[in-house]
Amino acid sequence: MHYDERLDGPLPDVDKTALLDRLRRDLPDLHLLHRREDLTPYECDGLAAYRTVPMLVALPDTLEQVQGLMRIASDEGVPVVARGAGTGLSGGAMPLEKGILLVMARFNRIVEIDPQAGTARVQPGVRNLAISQAAAPYGLYYAPDPSSQIACSIGGNVAENAGGVHCLKYGLTVHNLLKLDIVTVDGECLTLGSDALDTPGFDLMALFTGSEGMLGIVTEITVKLLPAPPCAKVLLASFDNVEKAGQAVADIIAAGVIPGGLEMMDNLALCAAEDFAHAGYPRDAAAILLCELDGVESDVDEDCQRVRAVMENAGATEVRQARDDAERQRFWAGRKAAFPAVGRISPDYYCMDGTIPKRELPKVLAGIEALSREYHLRVANVFHAGDGNMHPLILFDANDSDQLHRAEALGGRILELCVAVGGSITGEHGVGREKINQMCSQFDADEITCFHAVKAAFDPQRLLNPGKNIPTLNRCAEFGTMHIHRGELPFPDLERF
Amino acid sequence: MGDQSEALLERVRAARAERRPLCPRGTGGKFHLGRPVDGEILDTLEHSGVVHYDPSELVVTARAGTLVSELIATLAEQDQMLPFEPPLFGGDASVGGMVASGLAGPRRPWAGSVRDFVLGTRVITGEGQHLRFGGEVMKNVAGYDLSRLMAGSFGCLGLITEVSFKVLPRPRASRSLQLRLTGEQARERVLDWRRRGLPLSAACHGGGLLRIRLEGNQGSVHAAVAEIGGEPLEDNHYWDKLRDHRLPFFDGAKPLWRLSLPPAAPVLELPGTQLSDWGGAQRWLKSDADTATLRQLAASAGGSATRFGGEEAEDAPFHPLPAALLRYHQTLKARLDPERIFNPGRLYADL
Ligand SMILES: Cc1cc2nc3c(=O)[nH]c(=O)nc-3n(C[C@H](O)[C@@H](O)[C@H](O)COP(=O)(O)OP(=O)(O)OC[C@H]3O[C@@H](n4cnc5c(N)ncnc54)[C@H](O)[C@@H]3O)c2cc1C
Ligand SMILES: Cc1cc2nc3c(=O)[nH]c(=O)nc-3n(C[C@H](O)[C@H](O)[C@H](O)COP(=O)(O)OP(=O)(O)OC[C@H]3O[C@@H](n4cnc5c(N)ncnc54)[C@H](O)[C@@H]3O)c2cc1C
Repeated sequence: MHYDERLDGPLPDVDKTALLDRLRRDLPDLHLLHRREDLTPYECDGLAAYRTVPMLVALPDTLEQVQGLMRIASDEGVPVVARGAGTGLSGGAMPLEKGILLVMARFNRIVEIDPQAGTARVQPGVRNLAISQAAAPYGLYYAPDPSSQIACSIGGNVAENAGGVHCLKYGLTVHNLLKLDIVTVDGECLTLGSDALDTPGFDLMALFTGSEGMLGIVTEITVKLLPAPPCAKVLLASFDNVEKAGQAVADIIAAGVIPGGLEMMDNLALCAAEDFAHAGYPRDAAAILLCELDGVESDVDEDCQRVRAVMENAGATEVRQARDDAERQRFWAGRKAAFPAVGRISPDYYCMDGTIPKRELPKVLAGIEALSREYHLRVANVFHAGDGNMHPLILFDANDSDQLHRAEALGGRILELCVAVGGSITGEHGVGREKINQMCSQFDADEITCFHAVKAAFDPQRLLNPGKNIPTLNRCAEFGTMHIHRGELPFPDLERF
Repeated sequence: MGDQSEALLERVRAARAERRPLCPRGTGGKFHLGRPVDGEILDTLEHSGVVHYDPSELVVTARAGTLVSELIATLAEQDQMLPFEPPLFGGDASVGGMVASGLAGPRRPWAGSVRDFVLGTRVITGEGQHLRFGGEVMKNVAGYDLSRLMAGSFGCLGLITEVSFKVLPRPRASRSLQLRLTGEQARERVLDWRRRGLPLSAACHGGGLLRIRLEGNQGSVHAAVAEIGGEPLEDNHYWDKLRDHRLPFFDGAKPLWRLSLPPAAPVLELPGTQLSDWGGAQRWLKSDADTATLRQLAASAGGSATRFGGEEAEDAPFHPLPAALLRYHQTLKARLDPERIFNPGRLYADL
């Protein structure tokens, strides 16, 4: 998990004292942390099992400081890892022992809300939910709503292309952006996208979205705001087997309905959520579906009837519609608290983030169950069912090192299963450090080489977040060998060592 | 019909070995857009066919040479659609050309752009390799998003061989209206309807008429029609004609310009006749004003101006990029297409 210079590439040795002196001299107002006790709080992001104390932490307040810091870092050859709120679940903001951690938390201003254009211009450290709160007086909101929205930063959302429970209908982060201001690795400012709906040249804004802090530092973001839907209703359907629930999901979509949210939980997850949040879930169900329909009331009522009929046809044992907004909130509270709820029934849990074509759901769930038995660890399944994004939660005890290893191995197997059925190792949490090895099972050596070419166009010295997102070919040769990629052995031409 | 990717790969490899520029071509429908390229035409139409379509996944995958009309017909059988309404200028387009040009029709401000619906691509790169990015799933953040980067790249970053799209159900109800309004009145009404979430899916103002389309379920569309008033739109094919530049507005010898502007940009006094689509965010202009004037007008309103065809050649049809941004375009092109075989100079002279 730590940066491994043998596999991830050499990092320059930097004299910390000299670097600190130069930063203080050239950027006297830049807030820096350098003492061990001040650095420790930054040693990990939301993936707490992966920890490294950074060499230095910088907390800039101004664009000029970010530019100045990047110029010095480029000049001295020091790696820089950006950090937003540190809620990432893939170790993307995990620091480097030989690097600077650039914390964007002080960039926390909502610069402008333009209700006419339906846009908000914000700094990257602004919390996701704060944008919707600031837009609410105008009847507007920012659609992508990761479950971490009270804490995560919009800069981190851009870097991860974050999703949420409403993405099937309202899109991911990339679909809700207009413009990004970037500071490049050598301190230059670029604007990608524009206030208009399209912009001349290549779509570098799309390329930067989800690039995990590897191509540049995001310093300002213009997001789209949508009118808040006047009405939302939610149906809760119970099923006595998971396959039927999966079928219901496919049938809802096939009936021409795009729900605002469509979530599934299996028995272990829903019981944990029920004990924790008292949402009113049926503890005896093998799986439940939560289906939210939003829009104009008459349309919502039309769709509620349609969806209810589909669910009943698919074999739901019970379909309940939340009677009022309080009950609707309760139904969602259970789902939104699923992670902490599972956290209560096990000392630790490991959250996976694979995506699959929805038709493969029964097969993949059966596969996960078999793997769970093989590794002797329980797995609770929470699932953004509408868009095929699974969050299997592996229950384990980190104090037992054997369990930790089994949990990691089981997680890797689950992701490979997702790739095998045509899916992806990550739907929204990113590759980061965590899934760096699994990248070798999703992409072949030529594809990975192409990713390195993209990186080199923006960061030829590979100073931005090295060791994350895209593995080196050496790493793949060492960790990718066991996996058959699209029927071929990966990296057949690469020298083994 | 069928998988011709091996043959395409051979062509690219040969061109690469000899550093011969290639000009990917679909139907030829968009040759009026972009700079002329001195290169060998690489015809993609043989590499065609829908590879995979599962309506309940909302995903379709098609080879680059597939005709867009055929793809649309396949989706329509299942009551689904490409929400961005791609133009079919010359009567048809190829899937590869549709993605490479990134052009979208009247529904774009409400539904999203071409790139918004791209989930995955297969691409032959300038290194002569056939690679796959993204996939057939709705969410996928593994690796850099090269699939969406391909949208609007005009074939300058590689040959697209296959694309997976997110598709959507067709709306159950659709009604089009026209209202007699000035440009300023139209602008205010559209902004107000948008803010209140009325189910607009097109809005175009020109010649003193605002034409709008409402789409959704029966209830919301009926309610909106009642609220907005106006009269039914006379021309049943108006939106298709607008999309494909078949309205009388587009006739005549004067050059056609496209101004892409922020959604709430003010009504502009422009030299020439204009048609204001996308609720004002896309303004078509027939004008013989000089390039610099139009570029300046568009830029000061926060947007850009692109020249579409016209009689005489235009050396810089696309709005110029700021110097630093152009440099990064060049670096990226050099990394992905080091021998400069794909459409060199089509977007910009030095790209
Ligand atoms: C009769 C005729 C005359 C022409 N005259 C000219 C001329 O004078 N000047 C000129 O520049 N062109 C001209 N063209 C078009 C030119 O031959 C093609 O190279 C053209 O650029 C391809 O665009 P298209 O409209 O055929 O494809 P479209 O399918 O409309 O493609 C539009 C854009 O996408 C690119 N593209 C298409 N498919 C792919 C793909 N699979 N992968 C990546 N990129 C792709 C194209 O290169 C082009 O930039 C002419 C075409 C015809 C049929
Ligand atoms: C309980 C819980 C629930 C979650 N639910 C969801 C969910 O539903 N959907 C979802 O998508 N994610 C979810 N996440 C994951 C996480 O919240 C998101 O990935 C979020 O986008 C991270 O934002 P952050 O500000 O915390 O970024 P960080 O964790 O600080 O950083 C994440 C990545 O972004 C980079 N980065 C941060 N800021 C910048 C910047 N300004 N410029 C360039 N790069 C930058 C970092 O280098 C790192 O690679 C959840 C996390 C938790 C703990």
